Amino acid sequence: MANEVLELEDINKFYSGTLHVLKGIELTVREGEFLALMGPSGSGKSTLLNILGCLDKPTSGSYFLGGQDVSTMSDAELSSIRSRYLGFIFQQYNLLPQYTVVENIEVPLIYQGIRLDHTTKKRCEALAELVGLGHRLDHRPMQLSGGQQQRVAIARSLVNRPHLILADEPTGNLDSKTSVEIMVMLARLNQMGKTIVMVTHENDIAGWARRIVRMRDGNIESDEANEPWPLPEGAPELPVHLLEGAA
Amino acid sequence: MDPLSLALIAVLTGAIAFLLTSDKGRRGLELALRSLWLHKLRSFLSMLGIIIGTSAVIILMSFGEGSEKDVLDDIKRLGTTNIIVRSVKPPEDANSNMRQRVATYGLTYDDMELFRTIPAITRMVPMRIFPQETRRGAKGHNSRVVATIPQYAEVNELKPVQGRFLTEDDEALMNNVCVLGSETAKNLFPFEDPIDSSVKLGQFAYVVVGVLADRMPTGGTGGSQAAEDFNHDIYIPLSTSRGRFGDRIMIRAAGSRSMEKVDMHQITITVQDIDKVRPVGTMIREMLADAKRHPRQDWALTVPLDRLELVERTKANIRQSLGIYASISLLVGGIGIMNVMLATVTERTREVGIRRALGAKRSDITFQFLVETMVQTGIGGILGVGFGCSYVFVHALLHSMPQFSFLFQEGSPSPILHLPSITWSLTTAVGVGVIFGIYPAMRAAHMDPIEALRHV
Repeated sequence: MANEVLELEDINKFYSGTLHVLKGIELTVREGEFLALMGPSGSGKSTLLNILGCLDKPTSGSYFLGGQDVSTMSDAELSSIRSRYLGFIFQQYNLLPQYTVVENIEVPLIYQGIRLDHTTKKRCEALAELVGLGHRLDHRPMQLSGGQQQRVAIARSLVNRPHLILADEPTGNLDSKTSVEIMVMLARLNQMGKTIVMVTHENDIAGWARRIVRMRDGNIESDEANEPWPLPEGAPELPVHLLEGAA
Repeated sequence: MDPLSLALIAVLTGAIAFLLTSDKGRRGLELALRSLWLHKLRSFLSMLGIIIGTSAVIILMSFGEGSEKDVLDDIKRLGTTNIIVRSVKPPEDANSNMRQRVATYGLTYDDMELFRTIPAITRMVPMRIFPQETRRGAKGHNSRVVATIPQYAEVNELKPVQGRFLTEDDEALMNNVCVLGSETAKNLFPFEDPIDSSVKLGQFAYVVVGVLADRMPTGGTGGSQAAEDFNHDIYIPLSTSRGRFGDRIMIRAAGSRSMEKVDMHQITITVQDIDKVRPVGTMIREMLADAKRHPRQDWALTVPLDRLELVERTKANIRQSLGIYASISLLVGGIGIMNVMLATVTERTREVGIRRALGAKRSDITFQFLVETMVQTGIGGILGVGFGCSYVFVHALLHSMPQFSFLFQEGSPSPILHLPSITWSLTTAVGVGVIFGIYPAMRAAHMDPIEALRHV
């Protein structure tokens, strides 16, 4: 049995005292899993993702991330957890407009307190190359297409060698062809051992995951294994040697 | 350099060194510059208040410095170890309805003999001063006759450009010689060499033995010390004047003439050292206040050293009010910057959310925005210093060029760059950045990352 990456025990979340958004969630995610979190809006999946991402704290219950209880940590400690153990991929890509591709990938390292130098730069360039943007290192986000921006975001989520990658509707803003490209990339990363939790409301997208958790009204409605879509014919291999050196 | 400036420079270089050497500082600086560069016009406009504030401080302080130097030069010309006693014509007696035919007043030779009993006095230079037209052939010049003794040149540090000043021999022998002020010489001898020529004062001819260099006029300070322009003077030996003009002097003014009998118009007394100036001044005042000698107040006493202290006091006052003006303008500038920073923080809410999600602590966000404000006020301060210094240099340059004299009022001071105000205003500008940057930066840092990420 692989190690547990995270474990939720009886997580409750109330908003403004009375609104019960998460009702005693129990969830365990192990290393190497690719989990899709599904559910209609208002089901609590975004709140759960925020708690998993250490952006929000549960009202009660325990959240163990890599063995540490993070549910009682201070704001500064949570920031440090985010910078060390988590990678984020957003629907809106959320790149910083004043930075180039490489500089955007570097941002999580800054907040880890790592000194940026030649080595870190090489690593960020390798990550950009991994996601197929080796020729766009000095471009700004505005000069890239949506799919390219999301690939930069994926590279950024890998730079701190995270325990867990959290993806919030990663294809929500992309056309179907680009969506497939992005999902293939996530699937490949998962094959290489990366643990991914992804929120989506599209069955097509959830179908790439190996485990699907459905939520309704703050409860987990179902939690089952899924046979992921086969990778399409001729889907590009990730240059794994880059990842080994870099991520 | 005063200790305050040194301390400020130390703080400033410390901050700059931190920003440049530490990794975090350098990154913050770079980020701040980039963000400011992204909105060039906005950054410039919000800096404008700081630019105006700092340049105003430097310009005002430099003008203060310049006018102070003018006054100090003036005092130095009068001599800090000197005491000047002058004869003052008292107002006409109110109860006499007939005008006296000869006004008799002022310092007498007896007074001077009395002053000689004060041992601290090293030198006394008496002067008789009266207007008299100087003639040379058909040319005339309305000059001021100054009858004095040779030491006059030492007291006033005069150097003849041609010939010599009056000598002891001239005094002893009552020689009919004269020394011309530069303007007098220029008017009477536009083309010729004046030395050994003769000019006429009244009925008698005098041989020109020297011509003086241009002298800066002294400014009047009100009271008894009138402004004087020495360039229209003509100097003759005191003994000669008594022999030739007698004790009575006729003064012709437009449509009227008056007679006066004055032994001496002025005595410049030099005291051996600066500590004795005040006591000697008091003694002389007491001697002259004796009602038997001077029943009316027909004398006045000026101690240039007193003016020096007045200048010191005025300087402190000016500094204080300048400090207030400067703080007001920097306050206004700071509020402007705070306003813009608040708008910027709102505009960049999403950026804050992204950074927080990627692991930025609140302190990182505070630091980022604080550095940005400080860089902004720092750059504003540097631009202000640059502008202020260039203004001072250009003004001083134009002031020194005679062809631009129409730009300036007569006697207006030329600014002299006041160096300490550069460090003050720079540090104050950066300090304003810290004070007015803290609130927007804290506001950014305390935004909820989830809300911030949702912000469009």
